[in-house]
Amino acid sequence: MKTFTYERVRTPAEAAAAAARTPGSKFLAGGTNLLDLMKLEIETPAHIIDVGKVGLDKIEPTPAGGLRIGALVTNTDLANHLPVRRDYGLLSRALLAGATGQLRNKATTAGNLLQRTRCPYFYDTNQRCNKRVPGSGCAAIAGFSRQLGVIGTSNACIATHPSDMAVAMRALDAGVETVKANGTTRTIPLAQFYRLPGQTPHLETILEKNELITAVLLPPPVGGVHIYQKVRDRASYAFALISVGAIVQKDGTGRIAVGGVAPQPWRVETAEQLLPAGAKEFTAQLLQGARPTKENAFKLALVENTVAAVLNEARH
Amino acid sequence: MKFETPAGINPIDQQKVIGQPASRLEGPLKTTGTAPYAYEYHQAAPNPAYGYVVGAAIAKGQIRRIDRRKAQAAPGVLAIVTAADVGQLPPGKFYADRLLAGPAVDHYHQAVAVVVAETFEQARAAAALLKVTYTQTKGAFDLTAAKDTAIVPKQGEFGGAPQTKVGDFEGAFAAAPVQLDATYTTPDQTHAMMEPHATMAHWQGDKLTCWCSVQQLNWGARDLGTILGIPQENIRLISAYIGGGFGGKGTALSDLVMASLAARAAGRPVKVALTRPQIFNNTTHRPATIQRIRLGATPDGILTAIGHESWSGNLPGGRTEAATASTKLLYAGANRFTELRLAVLNLAEGNAMRAPGEATGMMALEIAMDELAEKLHMDPIALRIKNDTQVDPEKPERPFSTRKLVECLQTGADRFGWSKRVATPGSVRDGQWLIGVGVAAAIRGAPITTSAARVRLNRDGIVTVETDMTDIGTGSYTIIGQTAAEMLGVGLDRVVVKLGDSAFPQSPGSGGQWGAASSTSGVYAACLKLREAVAKALGLNPAETQFANGQVLAGKRSYALGDAAKAAELVAEDTMTYGTLAKQYAQDTFGAHFVEVGVHRYTHEIRVRRMLAVCHAGRILNPKTARSQVIGAMTMGVGAALLEELVVDKQVGFFVNHDLAGYEVPVHADIPHQEVILLEDLDPTMSPMKAKGIGELGLVGVAAAVANAVYNATGVRVRHYPITLDKLLGKVNLT
Ligand SMILES: Cc1cc2nc3c(=O)[nH]c(=O)nc-3n(C[C@H](O)[C@H](O)[C@H](O)COP(=O)(O)OP(=O)(O)OC[C@H]3O[C@@H](n4cnc5c(N)ncnc54)[C@H](O)[C@@H]3O)c2cc1C
Ligand code: SF4
Repeated sequence: MKTFTYERVRTPAEAAAAAARTPGSKFLAGGTNLLDLMKLEIETPAHIIDVGKVGLDKIEPTPAGGLRIGALVTNTDLANHLPVRRDYGLLSRALLAGATGQLRNKATTAGNLLQRTRCPYFYDTNQRCNKRVPGSGCAAIAGFSRQLGVIGTSNACIATHPSDMAVAMRALDAGVETVKANGTTRTIPLAQFYRLPGQTPHLETILEKNELITAVLLPPPVGGVHIYQKVRDRASYAFALISVGAIVQKDGTGRIAVGGVAPQPWRVETAEQLLPAGAKEFTAQLLQGARPTKENAFKLALVENTVAAVLNEARH
Repeated sequence: MKFETPAGINPIDQQKVIGQPASRLEGPLKTTGTAPYAYEYHQAAPNPAYGYVVGAAIAKGQIRRIDRRKAQAAPGVLAIVTAADVGQLPPGKFYADRLLAGPAVDHYHQAVAVVVAETFEQARAAAALLKVTYTQTKGAFDLTAAKDTAIVPKQGEFGGAPQTKVGDFEGAFAAAPVQLDATYTTPDQTHAMMEPHATMAHWQGDKLTCWCSVQQLNWGARDLGTILGIPQENIRLISAYIGGGFGGKGTALSDLVMASLAARAAGRPVKVALTRPQIFNNTTHRPATIQRIRLGATPDGILTAIGHESWSGNLPGGRTEAATASTKLLYAGANRFTELRLAVLNLAEGNAMRAPGEATGMMALEIAMDELAEKLHMDPIALRIKNDTQVDPEKPERPFSTRKLVECLQTGADRFGWSKRVATPGSVRDGQWLIGVGVAAAIRGAPITTSAARVRLNRDGIVTVETDMTDIGTGSYTIIGQTAAEMLGVGLDRVVVKLGDSAFPQSPGSGGQWGAASSTSGVYAACLKLREAVAKALGLNPAETQFANGQVLAGKRSYALGDAAKAAELVAEDTMTYGTLAKQYAQDTFGAHFVEVGVHRYTHEIRVRRMLAVCHAGRILNPKTARSQVIGAMTMGVGAALLEELVVDKQVGFFVNHDLAGYEVPVHADIPHQEVILLEDLDPTMSPMKAKGIGELGLVGVAAAVANAVYNATGVRVRHYPITLDKLLGKVNLT
């Protein structure tokens, strides 16, 4: 771990301003991802801005009838929040499918969205990795890629985004509210929040430098049956091989976002029109253009099977 | 004391304390966090500094240059030690690996340097500043590719003969009306114990004390002496508590060596712990195998030919994974052939992991038996029973001392409800789950070996036992305490057990499933001597003296035990050694594993639903700790069946998934209710304790039982572990 300086800020605007003031700074929320990466010198911030006390830890109704989830709300609090459980069951289930109770107690909404990939080569600083060291190459593509992405990837990086929560947020059409260093705020639809890797896999979101996430906005509830099915080798405490987050309506229409296949939660709205036709048709469209490796090609069939399971469950 | 003829009745047979389900003596210390592990001896040595090991960034080649200027100048740095400073160190005896690289690098993450600083954080930060440049050379990392270069190795110290032949295997197999010829693979696995490898080293003059995490302490001191070039007598190793080892902490590994070098260089005590990501490639692992099994049988299921060949790889000089060991003994059959082959691979060293060879080989053999049963249209239990043997099949003049494999299978079948099994795969459903059941036999050698102990008695009647036996979480403290309590007629609360110090009389340590049987026998011998000393001190005839309820009784006379030590503490020491009974008798432990799995109809996720083990393993010294060993082993077997694989990157040459996020072991949610039945067994050929080990038996066969259950659930035979859902996708017939 590199030596760093530390400060604690009181307001979101202060946080963004502090970041602008000190080059090489990073926000610290729950620290469950950032600290691990710092110990391995995968992240080497010179300055840490602790945003834990900026007061963004509330979940409030919005005038539109949705919810505004403070960026610092913990995964545990969010999963257990009554209106979330009632109206956004998908989100609650996705959260509870992730990590462990202890981690969820620390992990925050913003930190979860910004957690970094679990590609094993990213974690070993001796290995080539374009995401960690731009231009160094990608050891995973010809190496061990069973866990990695099949779509939205590039010849520079095939890593996935590992979040369960983000899959649910994507299906729920969430928006990410931010404040920039100059004090301006904006709301970014989650659909546009992540970038595909292309030749710059180290750039993962469209956030500007020093831009602070203040909240995640959920539109009014859409009803339907909410299912989050996470598929993994062991029954708990593992990242998804793939996951399917679905909201299925009585008439067979619905929304599905998929995790574990791409550098971001993968959702193709046009494919959703095929949902009433069944899992096969929908998945073919969802994963059109997929470029799996030999080791992770099974994910294509697995997504289709899991979508079938979810649609089957929704019917019963 | 030398044990040469089968044991008669002795004080242990009273089973007042032995055989009782006593809770672990050190349990409260562990649950309250007050049992110190190697890295936690904060007061034992003054002002320790911290060492951080730098592992090689390449798999094979040469260190060209180490630029230490930046690291040396970093805050808090006290010393940096590399091979350039201390020269090339030889390997120890137990491991073939050189524990310090330079100039050659033999495998990924082999220690290249240790950086010592005032704090752990400073050492770690400085370690990242050490600039090592390498010249890489080509290595061999792919067992399949190296298979044809493998040779039949010389017989090593462990694992038995690499090649055995009885009768005419080839002829009998060719002539067999029913044949099975299948190839199975098992991956590299890692021990994944909780406590990382850690040491605090402290030099006082030329004497070295290390608080460490080593399973076999006197071997550890021996190997550390060899590596450092100092006499073993100058080394004291202390491992009072070990947070799991599973064979991965046998003797001296790099934490021990690097801490010793670092402490010498810094002139201060130094603590070194390997980080979790280093452990996988720096230390040892269970090597991968390719196994070909050929079975020939008559139509009514009598085995006429048994052939088992296994290939594994290792660093030059490393051992062979003895995957054929169980096949030599498990089933009858006139014509037999086993062969081990060993290739050179430039991965970390393959070495002992819980039931080395046997767990690995039985992962294959017991699927093969299931496959053969199906070909014969026989129940797999019936096939196993039909081929039971009461003599060593390779040496029929040598009977098993005790062997109740058939009872294990039958008892388990009754308890598990095996008769309800539907033989046709894919027949049973429960909602979205396809249900299957599987069985496998278990066999694990019951070695026993020389072990010494010292016993003290004080005036308060407190008995203190000292031996360098370790407790790696297994219950050694407790069973040793129970042994001494039984022998001296006191309750367990009157016994103090001191383990894990190489200054104590030598035991073989924890390993090879010999620790419990050997160390308690050593304690038995010492206690016999103490009984004599007590009788003598009280002026009694030793032959007539009895020890019960804290009293010493002879005829009408009775004394409190402590009375014997009124004048001075009584101390007795002895070593149990062995004659030739192990040659005359095949001494083994047996078991049967039953497993029910569910395979998700859509995702093909595999979840274990029920497990049962029946074990036949000598006198059960403590049914509670024995059961804990078995359920832990069953859990490990589920990992081996469904999860665990060190993935080799064949280009870079290393295990890629080198942390506990990438290398998955079972969590609670993976493990259902586990049931263990311990069959009664007293084996007088073993020792006066009549006991055997059980800690490794519990693992052997589990993975195959899971594999057979997956087959029964789905109709898909997976011969390549771990059995993951991708190996089933597209193959399960869902109609
Ligand atoms: C063992 C383990 C298992 C796990 N398993 C799962 C799993 O199964 N599923 C899953 O989804 N996740 C899993 N996780 C990941 C976990 O969900 C994330 O670590 C966690 O959500 C990160 O939140 P945090 O608040 O701790 O983030 P931090 O570590 O504090 O921060 C993460 C990143 O977000 C940035 N950041 C934080 N807050 C803000 C903000 N307000 N504005 C801008 N930037 C910000 C930080 O600078 C940093 O770059 C696991 C983690 C661990 C350690
Ligand atoms: S897939 Fe991406 S994260 Fe993984 S090694 Fe390649 S570039 Fe790095």
